[in-house]
Amino acid sequence: MKTDIILAGVGGQGILTIATILGKAALKENLYLKQAEVHGMSQRGGDVQSNLRISSTPIYSDLIPSGSADMIVSLEPMEALRYVPYLSEQGWIVTNSTPFVNIDNYPDIKEICKDLQQHGNLVAFDMDAAARSLMSPRSSNMVLLGAASPFVELEGALIEQAIADLFIRKGEKAVEVNISAYRAGREYTEDLLVSLREK
Amino acid sequence: MKTKRLLLGDEAFALGAINAGLSGAYAYPGTPSTEIMEYVQSDPVAKERGIHSHWSSNEKTALEEALGMSFCGKRTFTSMKHVGLNVAADPFVNSAMTGANGGMLVVAADDPGMHSSQNEQDSRFYADFAMIPALEPSDQQEAYDMAAYGFELSEKYRIPVLIRFVTRLSHSRAVVETDAVPAPENVMSYPENRNQWVLMPAMSRIRNRQLIADYDEFVNSSDHSPFNRLEDAPRREMGIIASGIAYNYLKEAFSGKVPFPTVKVSQYPLPKKMIRNLYDTCDSLLVLEDGQPFIESRLRGLLDTGKRVYGKLSGEVVRDGELTPDEVKRAIVRIIPSVPEIRMPEHKEVSEKVAGRPPALCQGCGHRDVYGALNEALSHYETPKVFGDIGCYTLGFLKPFNAIDTCVDMGASITMAKGAADAGQHPAVAIIGDSTFTHSGMTGLLDAINENSPMTVIISDNLTTGMTGGQDSQGTGKLEEICLGLGASPEHVRTIDSLPKNHDEMVRLFKEEIDYEGLSVIVSRRECIQTARRHASAKSSANK
Repeated sequence: MKTDIILAGVGGQGILTIATILGKAALKENLYLKQAEVHGMSQRGGDVQSNLRISSTPIYSDLIPSGSADMIVSLEPMEALRYVPYLSEQGWIVTNSTPFVNIDNYPDIKEICKDLQQHGNLVAFDMDAAARSLMSPRSSNMVLLGAASPFVELEGALIEQAIADLFIRKGEKAVEVNISAYRAGREYTEDLLVSLREK
Repeated sequence: MKTKRLLLGDEAFALGAINAGLSGAYAYPGTPSTEIMEYVQSDPVAKERGIHSHWSSNEKTALEEALGMSFCGKRTFTSMKHVGLNVAADPFVNSAMTGANGGMLVVAADDPGMHSSQNEQDSRFYADFAMIPALEPSDQQEAYDMAAYGFELSEKYRIPVLIRFVTRLSHSRAVVETDAVPAPENVMSYPENRNQWVLMPAMSRIRNRQLIADYDEFVNSSDHSPFNRLEDAPRREMGIIASGIAYNYLKEAFSGKVPFPTVKVSQYPLPKKMIRNLYDTCDSLLVLEDGQPFIESRLRGLLDTGKRVYGKLSGEVVRDGELTPDEVKRAIVRIIPSVPEIRMPEHKEVSEKVAGRPPALCQGCGHRDVYGALNEALSHYETPKVFGDIGCYTLGFLKPFNAIDTCVDMGASITMAKGAADAGQHPAVAIIGDSTFTHSGMTGLLDAINENSPMTVIISDNLTTGMTGGQDSQGTGKLEEICLGLGASPEHVRTIDSLPKNHDEMVRLFKEEIDYEGLSVIVSRRECIQTARRHASAKSSANK
C-alpha cells in the first residue's frame, strides 16, 4: 500500500490539521509516513502545501516526485490547480470549490473549475457550505478530510479516533462537530463514487 | 526499549538531545530551526529536570552561553537558522580553539530554496574553515540518533560539533524510534587544560597546532562513521556521492536499488578513504548535495584534473534552489541518457491561470497601522527613504504599502539609516521590530545616539517574535528604558499605540520627529494579533 498526497490551501485554512490526523491514523496502523510542511513567512495568507506520503514499505524522499501523486487534497480550488503537475494520470483531485480571494488578480473561478474538470477524477463541492450547514463553519477542513478519505487506505474508525484525540482538548462538543463534518464529506464522495459506477 | 514517535526533523533532534542527557539549550528563533527549542520547552522530561530552554537575545549570546555550559562539563546545544550562524560566527570559530568540555552541538538549519530567508549560504563551509566536525542527517531517525552520537563525538575529541539541517528535513515529519528512558545528565567537571580556554596568542598558537593534528582524527572518524558508507553496485561508468537528504532523493529515483556505487555522506570532514575508493573504481563521479556545492568544490579543486566530476559547478545539477527528487533524476539522465530504472513523467507546467499568492500582514496587525501612517507622513517629503529589517514587517515592501527601501540582515535598518543620514539623506527612517531590536538593533542605536544622527527609528513593537510564530521577545516591557539607558534624549523617545483610531496622531507624531534634526525613537506598540488571539483563547479556556 502506498498513498502520496499533496495537501494544499491558503495559510491559516487548516491543511496541517488534516496532515496531523492522517499521520496519527497511519501511525496506529504501523505504516511508514513522511510529511513535509511549510512554516514561517508563507503561512501569512500565502499559498501553503504539504507533501504527505503513507506506505507499508519504507519511504525515502520527503518530497513527492512530480507526476506521481495519488491525490491532490485542497481547501481552495486555485490552490488545487497549482499542484496538478504533481498528480499521476490516475490520480484524484478532491477540493473545496469555494475560492479564497485575498489577492487582486484572482482568476475567473469558472475558468479554474473548467481546468479542474478537464482532469477526470475530480471531487469538488462547497465544503464551507457543508460545514456551515452543520453549524460548524470552521470545520471545512474536516469535510475535506472526509471527502478524501475513501481514497486513502486507512481504517475510517482510526481516522475518527485520531480526530477525537486531536480535538478532545477543545471539549466533547468540538469532537462531535468535527466528526460530523468528516462524515458529511465522506458520504458525499461515497455517493459520488456509487453514481459514477452506475453510469 | 524503544518507543515510536511521529516527529519533525527538528523535534527528533531535540528529543534525541534530551534523551542523551542534555542540560541546556540556547537559541534565537529562526525558520527553519525554531521548533528545536520549542520542543525542549514543551518536553516533560526537560521540564522535570529543569533543562535550560529560555530564548536568548541573539545567536551569538546563545552560542556563548552554550559554550559556558560546556565549559562546566554539561551537555548542551545551541540552535539557529543558517544566517544566525553569521551572527554567532565569532564564538563559533573560536569555540574550535577553546574546544568543548561537556558535549556541545551547534545546530544550523540551512534554507536551500530560500523558503523563509534572504540567502542560501551553506553552513558546511563554516564547519570546514573552523575545522569543526559536522553531521548532516539524511532523515528524521538520523536527526534523533545524531544527538547522542554528536555529544559522544564532541566529548571524545573535545570539540564542538556542527549539526547541519536543511528546511526539508527540519520541517518534515516521520516515525522515529526513540529511547523510552532518558540518559542521566553529566555531572559538573572543568576542562583539564586551563590554558586552552584563554585565547591569548601564546596559548592559541599551541592550541592551533593541536587542532591541526586532531583534524586527521576527525577525518578518520568520518571514514568509520555509522552515518557514512560506501554502497557497492554493478555499474562503473559513474559513482555517486550523496550527502544528507540528497541520499534519500537518490534512493527514491531508483526505488531503493541504486545501480551506481554510492558514498552516503552524513559526517564531515569528508571520509577520505571511502571517496578515494569510489574514485578509483568508477570512471566519473556525480555529487548530489542540497545547498551550495561544498563537496563538489572540495573534489574538483582549482585545477580540476583527473576524472570527470559532475555536479552544480559543472552544470549537470541546477546550481540554485532546493534540491528535489525530480532534479536528481534529471541530473542522472543528463549525464547518462539510458538509465532504464528512471521513469521521467511527462513535464507539465502549472496552468497559467494560477496566480501567485504572496504572504501578507494579517488583518488586525499593528504593522499595518504603522505603515499606513508612515506613508502618509512621508508623502510630505520629496525623497524619503525607509530602511527595513527582518520580520513580519518586511512584508511592508509589498502592496498595498510599498513602504520600505531595504531589508538586509538583523538590525541593519538602524545602522543603514545612520549611514544614509551621514551621507545627507533626509528623511532617513529605520523600521525595526522589538525582537530584532534587542537581537541586533541596540548597538547600532548607540552609534546613532552618540552622534545624534538626524534620523528616526520606529520600533514596531508587537510584544513577540512574530514571524517565527510568537516566541517571547527579550525586550518586552523595557524598550523605552533601553533607548533611554543608551542615552537617547527623553523628549525624543515617544510611544504610541498602533491602532486605527490613532491614525492621525501617528501621522502627526511621525512627522514631528522626522522634522527634528537629531535622533528620535518612536515605539509603536500593539500586541501581535496571532498571539493576542492565542492569549484570549487560553484565558477563556482557563475560565471554563
